[in-house]
Amino acid sequence: MKFDVAIIGGGLAGLTCGIALQQQGKRCVMINNGQAAIDFSSGSMDLLSRLPDGKPVDDLASGYDGLAQQLPQHPYCVLGKENVLAAARRFEQLAQSVGLELVGSSERNHLRVTPLGGLRGTWLSCASVPLLNEEESVFPHTRIAVLGIVGYHDFQPRLLADNLVQNPAFSHCSVTTAYLNIPELDQLRSEAREFRSVNISQLLEHELAFRDLVQEIRNAAGDAQAVFLPACFGIENAAFFNRLKQATGLNLYELPTLPPSLLGIRQHKALRYHFEQAGGLMLNGDKALSAEFDGERISRIYTRLHRDDALSADHFVLASGSFFSNGLVSDFEHIYEPVFNADIIGTGAFEPAARLSWTRNRFAAPQPYQSAGVVIDANCRVRKCGRFLPNLYAAGNVIGGYNGLELGCASGVSVVTALVAAEHIAAAQQ
Amino acid sequence: MNIQELIESAGQNTAAPLSHPGIDRSFESCIKCTACTAVCPVSRQNPFYPGPKQAGPDGERLRLKSAELYDEALKYCTNCKRCEVACPSDVKIGDIIVRARNNHLDRQHKPLMHKLRDAVLSNTDLMGMMNTPLAPIVNAVTGLKATRFVLEKTLNISQHRSLPKYSFGSFRQWYRKQALERQRYYREKVVYYHGCYVNYNNPQLGKDLIRVLNAMDIGVLLLEKEKCCGLPLMVNGFPQRAKKQAEFNLAQLEKAVIERELEVIGTSSSCTMNLRDEYRHILGMDNAKVRSHVNIVTRYLYRLFNAGKRPQFKSMPLKIAYHTACHVDKAGWAPYTLEVLKHIPDLEIVMLPSQCCGIAGTYGFKAENYEVAQAIGNTLFENIERGGFDYVISECETCKWQIDMSTNTTCLHPITLLAMALQ
Repeated sequence: MKFDVAIIGGGLAGLTCGIALQQQGKRCVMINNGQAAIDFSSGSMDLLSRLPDGKPVDDLASGYDGLAQQLPQHPYCVLGKENVLAAARRFEQLAQSVGLELVGSSERNHLRVTPLGGLRGTWLSCASVPLLNEEESVFPHTRIAVLGIVGYHDFQPRLLADNLVQNPAFSHCSVTTAYLNIPELDQLRSEAREFRSVNISQLLEHELAFRDLVQEIRNAAGDAQAVFLPACFGIENAAFFNRLKQATGLNLYELPTLPPSLLGIRQHKALRYHFEQAGGLMLNGDKALSAEFDGERISRIYTRLHRDDALSADHFVLASGSFFSNGLVSDFEHIYEPVFNADIIGTGAFEPAARLSWTRNRFAAPQPYQSAGVVIDANCRVRKCGRFLPNLYAAGNVIGGYNGLELGCASGVSVVTALVAAEHIAAAQQ
Repeated sequence: MNIQELIESAGQNTAAPLSHPGIDRSFESCIKCTACTAVCPVSRQNPFYPGPKQAGPDGERLRLKSAELYDEALKYCTNCKRCEVACPSDVKIGDIIVRARNNHLDRQHKPLMHKLRDAVLSNTDLMGMMNTPLAPIVNAVTGLKATRFVLEKTLNISQHRSLPKYSFGSFRQWYRKQALERQRYYREKVVYYHGCYVNYNNPQLGKDLIRVLNAMDIGVLLLEKEKCCGLPLMVNGFPQRAKKQAEFNLAQLEKAVIERELEVIGTSSSCTMNLRDEYRHILGMDNAKVRSHVNIVTRYLYRLFNAGKRPQFKSMPLKIAYHTACHVDKAGWAPYTLEVLKHIPDLEIVMLPSQCCGIAGTYGFKAENYEVAQAIGNTLFENIERGGFDYVISECETCKWQIDMSTNTTCLHPITLLAMALQ
């Protein structure tokens, strides 16, 4: 089968790249092996929150030089400051056009409340998440109620409340906690391990007792001006949550829960819908296995379901993710990229060939293996055997040279590399 | 200890994993991410179903410990396999569930009437053989509200469901009398596994296939004999009977593929997937010799069209919607059908968002599942009604029944559409 572009991976990077290309009339196929990490994400997207030396970053433009000095292998430094900022702004437009309902700007990070009651700098957040706008130094409400759900362990109101008031921005607040008793969920109690955000949302969407739920939230909230809830309300989109907000007449906020996370799942659904609406073809549950080369160019790839009918394309995008999505694979001594066997980057602190450099002893320390991934050039093209391949691009977490958890930049790298790759593919096709 | 010593000691100390013969070990790869439950059409509509993660890999661990821990709620699984498509860790969740059901028949407390009903629903070829000679009468009777009421009260077959119509005379009978002679004279030939649906319910689809392939100068032969592929038996608690059917069909397929050196095609997506994949994954049969020669018809056509061999199609200024049936999604066949249909001039194809229609083979016929089945398909029906389509296209016959019954738009097999477009 012949396409303009074949994208390996259907997560944030793959879908962003695919939407941008379809919007320019390129015919894309997406090989998608199972749900991606976006289904487990907080729904907030980081651009750059910290430097390797631990210093917090307020905005990418001012933090860039420090990053370039401390970690020149970072994909942002490979792409160049202006290109990264331009791509970030393009993503803000794209996110708006597909209705992701995000707030925030690449000009300045804002602080969002985490489920443990901390504050974390981030680029874009779901509009329903509690946060401090750039001009706010303190949270605009003083009486906050944090409401859990009886029997649901993936969200702990007391922990959140106690931590929250430690932050100066919330020290003026009085925070109460309570648990919602929702009889509709009794069915789930027989199997405690299946009492998760997904199960709760699936049951509640039938609205068998919507008015009771509204009343229960009102009662538990008391006279609170702001109510924090776990994100368990509405798996398809924000419609259910918004209806709840309207019906209670309260300032409801959602906090991401332990995975799977509805905030991420909703974003995934919206992106996928728009990719397919724009004419993109998804091959779900399929896996890229191997590639055929014509000189240095990749001519086609074989997949698990299409072993005899190769997918050929002018350009290929590797957006297969990191270890979770099997975009990177490790055995005891090697880390490799399984489809093209592309070169794996070293950063000094992390060297793929030096096994002892992969991990640090302290569990909670930033783990160097998180920096593993493929090497790219300024056009996001992938390096193999020391040479950059002319029609293979990488986007997202499969790229190496940075630790997205440590620096708070994983989503940013995903969408920036996806859009830079899309731009070069579109230019090359002209 | 340096790294080399560490690796060596790890190698020496690794005990051989416990072996469970005949058990799919893919459940070991489950990381509890719950992606499967998030996409499960059943757990979304039926709170009594604990979801694929619990019913599949989690439950498998328990069942290996003790058969006592078998959960009867596994019966709610429709075998749509959307959980497997969503799994990032390649766990064969759907296979695990169906195999667990088949391995714990003694722990299922089905009422006698349900057992009888399931036997009636799963013996599609037996029912077809009995009903086709009397089709006009059977169809008139099953069309009656009173009959459906009685069927629900006795056999627990939903009275709200339109029952499949039987054709008067089978496809095979027609083929032997009217087609066989001529098909022999084509130099190039292909073998057609028609399945129960074409044989007893919709012989016209088989006739359409012959028209399309004859227009490409290809003759259509049948297997000497064929039985139901066994899928309904396999998922309704009759694994031994399913195995017998599979053995019979595999022997027939081997004859066609190995002795006659012919390719085999099917029009039914679920039957074809069953022959190719489930015989091995669920029944544990060896189909390696024939597997790569058995294909859905649209993939076969796709390859021929690509090689320049295609009939002349006339303009069809229609707007059609393509519905990706669950098993088509799982097998990855949708792109072939879409590519093939693109050869019809002026045809506008819209992809419906991929979702289960709810009927899931025999599942939606059961009275206790009717409401869940309709709730599962509801957004699909809305999308179809809103789109203003001339036809919906699907390779799956039970999706067709569901869409025909639940919407105002007719669902056609892609081959039927191709036959309509022949010059």
